[in-house]
Amino acid sequence: MPDLKINIAGVEWNNPVTTASGTFGFGEEYGQYFDLSALGAVCVKALSAVPRLGNPSPRIAETPMGILNSVGLQNPGVEYFKENYLAKLRTYDTKIIANLCGSSIDDYVKAAEMLGDCVDMLELNISCPNVKVGGMAFGTDPRSTEEITTAVKKVAKAPLIVKLSPNVTDVCEIAKAAEAGGADALSLINTLLGMKIDIHTRKPILKNNTGGLSGPAIKPVAVRMVSQVYHAVKLPLIGMGGISNGEDAIEFMLAGATAVAVGTAGFVNPYAWVDTVCGIEKYLVENKIEKVTDIVGQAELY
Amino acid sequence: MDCILTEKNKLADNIYDFKIKSTSLAENAKAGQFLHILCGGNGYLRRPISICEVIDGEYVRFIFQVKGEGTTALANANVGDTIDVLGPLGNGFSFEECDNVIVIGGGIGIFPLLEVTKRLGKKAIVLLGFRSAENVILEDEFAKYTDRIFVATEDGSCGYKGYITDLMRNILETNKVDRIYSCGPMPMMKAVSSVAVDKQIDTQVSLEERMGCGIGACVTCTCNINGGRKRVCKDGPVFSASEVEWDA
Repeated sequence: MPDLKINIAGVEWNNPVTTASGTFGFGEEYGQYFDLSALGAVCVKALSAVPRLGNPSPRIAETPMGILNSVGLQNPGVEYFKENYLAKLRTYDTKIIANLCGSSIDDYVKAAEMLGDCVDMLELNISCPNVKVGGMAFGTDPRSTEEITTAVKKVAKAPLIVKLSPNVTDVCEIAKAAEAGGADALSLINTLLGMKIDIHTRKPILKNNTGGLSGPAIKPVAVRMVSQVYHAVKLPLIGMGGISNGEDAIEFMLAGATAVAVGTAGFVNPYAWVDTVCGIEKYLVENKIEKVTDIVGQAELY
Repeated sequence: MDCILTEKNKLADNIYDFKIKSTSLAENAKAGQFLHILCGGNGYLRRPISICEVIDGEYVRFIFQVKGEGTTALANANVGDTIDVLGPLGNGFSFEECDNVIVIGGGIGIFPLLEVTKRLGKKAIVLLGFRSAENVILEDEFAKYTDRIFVATEDGSCGYKGYITDLMRNILETNKVDRIYSCGPMPMMKAVSSVAVDKQIDTQVSLEERMGCGIGACVTCTCNINGGRKRVCKDGPVFSASEVEWDA
């Protein structure tokens, strides 16, 4: 049996697979399909200091091998999460990552303070393309990336992951800014800003007009960015963007990801997360690799 | 779960009637719940399709309209093929004791109401609205369970001429009704709801929205309920009409 354990920013996971924030709710729903202890970590839906209503429907549109979503960070707030979901999540043998969102630096700081050390890791969501204020605005400028990372790191009581946006000219520049701000790890990529128009009604499918593209369609972009960032910073990476199975996950790890997140694929196959863990293990067995960490960053670039 | 397609019929242009075999689906399915079906072809996501009928504790029947890539691929499935189904999902209609019931549906929204009518039997007054005579389907099947069945078409080519909701208003003037079950286009359900709320009749509506996971995790298929946003897939698709904010 190969060793699937990884260590990311000092936190040990049983295996390298987690959930992409926003695709897995707070674990309750998919917990009816499989045992969440099968995952290295569960990353919950974005949380803000105060509840958010999100955007009006329709909030989802199907695209070639993917989807656009414009949920807009709807969530019941940190307090509600702590009171209603945390205890249940803690019954599983898995790490818990809280994804943080907000409209201002103060919002993020407040959410991080409210969470304290009740989760194992924090993920700073400065890459959501679906909100008018905050969100991606912080993650597309290196100065504001560093500023918000520094501010949240100062109050964070758990290792801080910064989640990067692909909607930038140079993702390495943003990655370095997050590293300079004190990030303990990086996750990438968030969704790509996109749009779909119904040619019969001449209106966008999404009520928000635009949304974030996810699913297999974005995988090559995500692999490229993971590879670039791996060679640009020293921080461990959590790779995501279109991962549906073990083979996809291995590709991200070879590109430089220490861990991976599965998201949209779960809407098609509710077992995609556990299938990915099994697929990684199968690849390691077939290739006689003893430790999953041995493949991280081992892609042989030309 | 994989289910075998055991019967396939084309009911009208672009309308297909499928029967799949699954004891576990059939034992758990309730009127108003839906199946989340992997259609194949170029569609990426599953398609939510309402349960039309549960048969002999062993089969589930669903009827769908071909609209896009997913349903086109699904319509190409043949008897004997396996279909990947999640379900039954969502909350169905509830059936607390009541004596006089209107079941009102429009267009392709009538399908989940067949199982409702089956359950209510002669207590039900069934109102089915269509655009035109050539769109009228399933009338004879509803008639197996109740003899009070009325059809309206917008052009008057079959039954009452006008909207089915006009017919409902007329019926409410002469009949005491304590519950309404409804599924159909949003404007129809909104009209049903406004009459029902005025007359304080307990009304359940089945809503539709573009859906992702189908089980409540992705929070994309929301509707506006009582000042908040609820998930059609998990909190619905059946809601109390008095709680729905139709214009929000």
